[in-house]
Amino acid sequence: MKPEKYMNPYLAGFFLGLLLLVTIYITGRGLGASGAVKSAVISIVETVTPSHAESQVFYKEYLKEHDNNPLKNWLVFEVIGVLIGAFISGLVSNRLNFNLDYSPKITARIRIASAVFGGLLFGFGAQLGRGCTSGAALSGMAVLSTGGLITMAAIFGGAYAFAYFFRKLWI
Amino acid sequence: MGPLVPDLIGNEFNFVIALFIGIAFGFILEQAGFSTSKKLVGLFYGYDFTVLRVFFTAGITAMLGVIVLGHFGLLDLSIIYINPTFLYSAIIGGLIMGLGFVVGGFCPGTSICAAAIGKIDAMFFIAGSFIGVLIFAEGYPIFEGLYKADNWGFVRVFDSLGMSQSLFAFFLTLVAVAAFWATTLIENKVNGKSNPEFKPLKLYVALSGVAIILGLSAFILPDIRTEYLQDVEDIEYVNNYKIKYMTADELAFRLLDKDKNLQIIDMRSPKEFSEMSLPNSKSFMLETLFEKYAEKTLNISKKENVFISNEGLTAKKAAIIADKLGYKNLLILKGGLNEFKKEIIEYDSTKVVIKNYNDATKRFRLKASIQIPKMIEENKSSAIPKVKPKRVLGGC
Repeated sequence: MKPEKYMNPYLAGFFLGLLLLVTIYITGRGLGASGAVKSAVISIVETVTPSHAESQVFYKEYLKEHDNNPLKNWLVFEVIGVLIGAFISGLVSNRLNFNLDYSPKITARIRIASAVFGGLLFGFGAQLGRGCTSGAALSGMAVLSTGGLITMAAIFGGAYAFAYFFRKLWI
Repeated sequence: MGPLVPDLIGNEFNFVIALFIGIAFGFILEQAGFSTSKKLVGLFYGYDFTVLRVFFTAGITAMLGVIVLGHFGLLDLSIIYINPTFLYSAIIGGLIMGLGFVVGGFCPGTSICAAAIGKIDAMFFIAGSFIGVLIFAEGYPIFEGLYKADNWGFVRVFDSLGMSQSLFAFFLTLVAVAAFWATTLIENKVNGKSNPEFKPLKLYVALSGVAIILGLSAFILPDIRTEYLQDVEDIEYVNNYKIKYMTADELAFRLLDKDKNLQIIDMRSPKEFSEMSLPNSKSFMLETLFEKYAEKTLNISKKENVFISNEGLTAKKAAIIADKLGYKNLLILKGGLNEFKKEIIEYDSTKVVIKNYNDATKRFRLKASIQIPKMIEENKSSAIPKVKPKRVLGGC
């Protein structure tokens, strides 16, 4: 079966905006994603080397805030939901498939290496910038946070500035 | 009044809500096409501006919604999470994320969404982001200085720019619409097609219609906060407004009786409050009445709220606003705290010349003048000027 067409972007944006508004109304906070990665990383470090987690400020502070249970975090539950929701959407629109997307000019191996490296940069940047495209840029825009909008401008501005050098990966 | 967490919805149930919000989030992202990296980076090369359209429409919708809810007093903006502003980390972190975007083809949310439908590159992106977070965590002592530099606090952008919230929202909406139009032109040129700028047009017209009606109603109807605060500036209005009184004697009697249903709302300055306050009293300012804190404090069933201020006028203003906001069981102390001090606390039987005081009143006041100052003294340690509800923690 052929995959179905994507939703009209303005309509999808409208729904996403309403969801964000409902989220703020109910919980007082916005959407996010990278925070769940942080919880997972801290949880792994704590399990593998508890003594190391106890000696480093970063882990210590986080564990203190979360009653020593880093996975008991709002974003962890939200991200589990994202996995389920996206899977359902892929299922109903016939888009479930193991594959990767990249320009014909590069190999799958280069694509995988670039994905890992890009993820590394994004993961690092989201920690430094206190949030990613969802948590800082989108949710920050909804509440008109100065920091959120600066981060948003820096993400998209940065991406445009660097895009030329990595064009072979995509076009 | 929102947010509903943690008062109407408990912190545990909030996790269940998070799961359902996540499901909707993932579903919308996937339906919008955010599960393929080629579509995601399209805006940086001009061939597909889906991300910009979805992102900007969502941001504008939520922003306008937050403004409207705040305007009509349905959402307490003073306690929702506002991303804090740390100038350097916001810029440098953002630039690194931008680089990660064009190299990796995803952002964290979209990579999770894409991995869910089987994109292998997304799974590697997620693995990479784990490493990135680990590097930051391990190197935290090195990055901490940059991370915490130039802290502006929970500032909002219209304040930073010195303009009104509505004006900024209006400009941002204009920018978004202009961007939608211009990017479609670019997209057509790059792809050699000629798609109409806004499609489907009907949807667009309907959405703008709703936006304009909401916008106009917000401009025409002043927000209740401004309106009520203005109303009580009119002395004649305040004098004619009927609010029940409680006499100094009754207040003294109920204080001595340790009446649990009595709640004193102290409208004096927090400084005066911390210097001296009556038992069972809470420090309020006129502005506090519009916050969620007031909803929690004034709505306790069976409690009677007695407003006090030095001269009594501020207390009456506060009671009027509370009445207009729909709160029940409101009273004001007759003559204010000044009279209460004169008649009860500093009661001096030798100075009283008014004849119609009977002996019972005299005896009662004498007793009250001894005991109430003691109660005030005992209360001193527990008198904390308003405990401000903490801002919700959020962000990534």
